[in-house]
Amino acid sequence: MATINYSELDGRSAGFFALLALLAVMVAGGLGGAWYMEHNGHYVTGMTNRIVWGVPHVFAVFLIVAASGALNVASIASVFGRELYKPLARLSGVLSITLLAGGLAVLVLDLGRPERLIVAMTHYNFKSIFAWNIFLYTGFFAIVAAYLWVMLERRMNAYSKPLGLLAFLWRLILTTGTGSIFGFLVAREAYDSALYAPLFIIMSFAFGLAIFILVLMAACGGTRRPLGDAIVVRLTALLGQFVAVLMYFVVVYHLTNLYFTGRHDFERFILVDGGVYTALFWLGQVLIGGMLPLALLFHPIWSRSRRVVAAASVCVILGGLAQIYVIIIGGQAYPLVIFPGKEVASRIFDGVIATYAPSLPEVALGVSGIALALVLTAVALKVLPLLPRSLADRDVAAVPPGNA
Amino acid sequence: MSLDRRSFLGLGAAAFAGAAITPGLRLIELVQARSPEEAASTLKRWGLLIDTTRCSDCEVCVTACHTENGVTGHGRPATDAQWIRKVTLSDKRTGHAQALPLMCQHCEHPPCVDVCPTGASFKRADGIVLVDKHTCIGCRYCVMACPYGARSFIHETVTGQKPDVPRGKGTVESCTLCVHRIDRDGQPACVDACSKDGGKAMVFGDLNDGAGELRQRLRREPSIQLRADLALNTGVRYQGL
Repeated sequence: MATINYSELDGRSAGFFALLALLAVMVAGGLGGAWYMEHNGHYVTGMTNRIVWGVPHVFAVFLIVAASGALNVASIASVFGRELYKPLARLSGVLSITLLAGGLAVLVLDLGRPERLIVAMTHYNFKSIFAWNIFLYTGFFAIVAAYLWVMLERRMNAYSKPLGLLAFLWRLILTTGTGSIFGFLVAREAYDSALYAPLFIIMSFAFGLAIFILVLMAACGGTRRPLGDAIVVRLTALLGQFVAVLMYFVVVYHLTNLYFTGRHDFERFILVDGGVYTALFWLGQVLIGGMLPLALLFHPIWSRSRRVVAAASVCVILGGLAQIYVIIIGGQAYPLVIFPGKEVASRIFDGVIATYAPSLPEVALGVSGIALALVLTAVALKVLPLLPRSLADRDVAAVPPGNA
Repeated sequence: MSLDRRSFLGLGAAAFAGAAITPGLRLIELVQARSPEEAASTLKRWGLLIDTTRCSDCEVCVTACHTENGVTGHGRPATDAQWIRKVTLSDKRTGHAQALPLMCQHCEHPPCVDVCPTGASFKRADGIVLVDKHTCIGCRYCVMACPYGARSFIHETVTGQKPDVPRGKGTVESCTLCVHRIDRDGQPACVDACSKDGGKAMVFGDLNDGAGELRQRLRREPSIQLRADLALNTGVRYQGL
C-alpha cells in the first residue's frame, strides 16, 4: 500500500524565479492601474454611469467563482471519499484560497473609495446580498485554512472529513451568494432570475477545475514530478461533464427568456444583433467555452493527449471570461426598460445600447488578479508540502484511507 | 345701523374669544413645525406629481437642480453626474411624443437601499432616499439596482461644492429632493423653477397630508408610478403617460 509523500517545491530554479518575476510585474501593473484610477477618478476607465461594472468586475467575479470551484477536488476526496483525489486535496484547498484572494483584491481596488474597506467590514446592511458575501468570503478563507491545516497536520487528519463537508457546503452557499448578486437585481432584463445561483455554481465547477488542471500540470511538469493517467483521465472526464451541464444551464436561461415575449428584445440583443456581446456569446462562450472543449474532452483519441486536455482547459477559462463579460457588461449595456412600448431618448443615453471600451488601467487591474492568485499559489507550493512527490498511477492507485 | 345692548355684548364676546384663541391656534401651528434639530418623521412622506401634459421642451428643472446642488459637468456626458434628466418618449406604434423629467423616484421600498452593503444608501423617515457620503464605499451596486437609472457615480474630483450638498469623488449620489430646502420648509429647486419659468408641471407636497394639493390632485386625477410592476410605491407620480 502506497503512502503519499508530499514536499515543498525546490523553488530555486531560474525558471521559478522568472515565473515569480513575471507575475510580480503583472501584479505591479495592476496596482499601478488601480492607483491611476483612484487618483484621477473612474472617468479614466471605460466605465460610465451606464456601465458601472467593467473589466475589473469580469476578472473579479471569474476568480471568485473559480475559487469555490477549485475546492471541488478536495471535496470529492474528503466528502465523497474518492481516494484517488486525496493526493490533490491540498493543492485544491490552497488554490481556492489564492483565487479568492486574487478576485477580492481586484474588487476592492476598483471601489470608488478603496480606503474605506474598513467601513465595509464594520457597517452591514443585512438585506444586501453584497454584505452577506463579505461574510461568506471571509468565512471561506477561515474554513478552508482550517481544512488545509487538518490535512497538513497528520494528528488532525481525522477532522478532514467534517471540515471538508463544512467547506463544501460553505462554497455552495458562497457561489449562491455570488450568483444572487445578479439574480437579485429586479430591475434589469438580463438579471432578475433565480437561475443565476445554480448557473454560477456550475460555472464555478467548470472554471475552477480548468484552472486546477492547468496549475497541476504546470506544477508537476515544472518540478518533473510524475502525473499519471489515472488522475488526468478522471479530471478530464469530470471537466467534460461540468462543461456539458454548464451549457445546459445556458440553454435553459435563454430558452426561458425566449419564451417571455417581454424579453425578446433583450434576447435579440444578446443572440443576434448585439455586436461585441453577440460575438462573445457565440464565439467565446458557446464555441470556445463549450463546443470546442466538449469535442476535445470527449474525443476518444484526442482526449488522451495532455496537450489537448490543457488546451481544452484554456478554452474553458477563455469561454468563462467571455460568459461573465456578456453577463456583466452585456447585461448593463442593454437599456433599462422604464417605459415599455416607447422609444426613449435623453442626453445620458436612455433607451440606447451603452458603449463600453475597456481602458488599459482597468484591464491591467483585472489581469493582475490572476497574477496575484498564481504568485500566491507558487509561494504556497514553495513553503508548504502541498504537492505529492509523485502522482504516478502506481503511487496514487492505493492510497490508504485517512491519509489526506 | 345701531347696535342694541344685547348685540353689542354678543359681538364683543365673540371678538374677545377670537382675540384670545387666535394666538393659541398660531401656537399649534408653531408646535407642529419641525425644528432643525428634530429628526424627520414618518408622519410625512414627501412626494411629487409631474403632469407630463404640461411638460414642454424646456430644461429649467435640470438647470435649477444642478445649480442648486452644485452639480457641474466636465463635458463628458457618459461620466458626468446627472441628478435629473429630461427624457423624450415616442410611442413605438402611434408615434405620440412626450417629454418628462426623470429623477430618483424616492421609493418606499428602494432597491438601492436594499442592495447597499454598508447601509450608506438609506431612506429617511419622511421618505427621502439619500446616500451617506461617509459610508459609501463606491461599489456602485445601487446604480446596478436602481430601476430608473437615477444614480450617478462621481467619476472625477468635485469642485465648487455647496455647503448644504456634500459630494465626493468615488461615491454615488442622486436627487435628494432638495432635502436641505425641505428642512427649511421650502420645496425642491426643480419644482420652484418649473412653477416660475416652466410649464407648471410639478407639484410638491406631503403624500400623507389629505388636505394638501398633492393628495387632492392624486385623489381627483389619474396618475401612475413608473415601473409600478415592481411595487416599490414611488414618491414621484406621473400624469398624462
